[in-house]
Amino acid sequence: MDPRLNIINNRLANIKRIIAVSGGKGGIGKSLTASTLALSLAGKGYRVGLFDLDFCGPSDHVILGIEGAGPEEDKGLIPPEIYGIRFMSIIYFSGNSPAPLRGGEVSNAIIEMLAITLWGSLDFLIMDLPPGIGDPVLDIIRLIKRVEFLVITTPSRVALSVVKKELQVLKELGMSIVGIIENMKVKEHSSAAEEFGDFGVPFLGSVDFDDNLETSLGDARKLLETNFARQLRIAVSVPLQA
Amino acid sequence: MHEWALAESVIFAVTEEVKKENLKEINRVKVMIGELQQIDMDIFKFALENILQSSGLPVNMEKIEIEIDKCILKCKACANEWSFSEAVKELTEDESESIHFIPEVAHIYIRCLECGSPDFEIVKGRGVWIDYIEGER
Repeated sequence: MDPRLNIINNRLANIKRIIAVSGGKGGIGKSLTASTLALSLAGKGYRVGLFDLDFCGPSDHVILGIEGAGPEEDKGLIPPEIYGIRFMSIIYFSGNSPAPLRGGEVSNAIIEMLAITLWGSLDFLIMDLPPGIGDPVLDIIRLIKRVEFLVITTPSRVALSVVKKELQVLKELGMSIVGIIENMKVKEHSSAAEEFGDFGVPFLGSVDFDDNLETSLGDARKLLETNFARQLRIAVSVPLQA
Repeated sequence: MHEWALAESVIFAVTEEVKKENLKEINRVKVMIGELQQIDMDIFKFALENILQSSGLPVNMEKIEIEIDKCILKCKACANEWSFSEAVKELTEDESESIHFIPEVAHIYIRCLECGSPDFEIVKGRGVWIDYIEGER
């Protein structure tokens, strides 16, 4: 019997809402969405946690410009609070080294971190998931029954076809879906709105491709002032209230 | 101090199992700890004892057996097998501490002693688990 599995929901008991930012393809803006969403919610006065679960390609710390932080040890690991966000990532243990982990090992590392991290009381815990519907997504579905998915896509037919498969899995498993956000929109017409119009999942809106976003990476204040952040706040303003 | 978090998860899991099986008495609990976890046994036992006192579980420390499971690693590239006690000699204190918290980061800091690959399997000796609970209904 693995005792870590029993304690996980206990560790998350004082968190009002757990939002998993997900999307089938890599490079569609999941980490940017998760990080910016956490910053925006913290800016509104909510108590927010951010957990970078992309162990093979962690990047939330790069987006937010977090360096030299680490968890405090006190009967578990307490994530440091940075820009008003309690932030947890494998980078505290892996540094800048690559993490060549197979699926089962990623699962074990996720379970370990969920079992020993003490989040305390939060309004929102934002989980940044890696691409695909592999072990990490299935683990989160298995371990955290009340998780809600915020699904990201781009207008590309490639991303849309993959995200549709993820949505089918989430719906089949009866998971709660906050909605879909279309990122990197470049044309007036929204491919995602059309594609998912009758899919039974709320389409929350589109976020335009933001030319200035790259220069704001690593600077939380500048990131919040981008058009990307502004449009993201509008898209989630109704569904994401504690 | 994350030994405390692991001890808490052990007591929590035993409590759930005792409720599920409706056990009135517990005769023996065996807890296995993987060597890779590099648990400080004194802290772990101290935490178990403290959490036990407030848990209401009908068991004391004398009935809890704790065993370390030796860690064996096996390379997926060349099939070489070696022990964590051999690998740990090559690690710095910080690397060793990172593995203590998240054992999977062993793949970042340990390489096959034969071919240098990071693609190895932790054959045994990882994690904390409850081997068995013996009790009476």
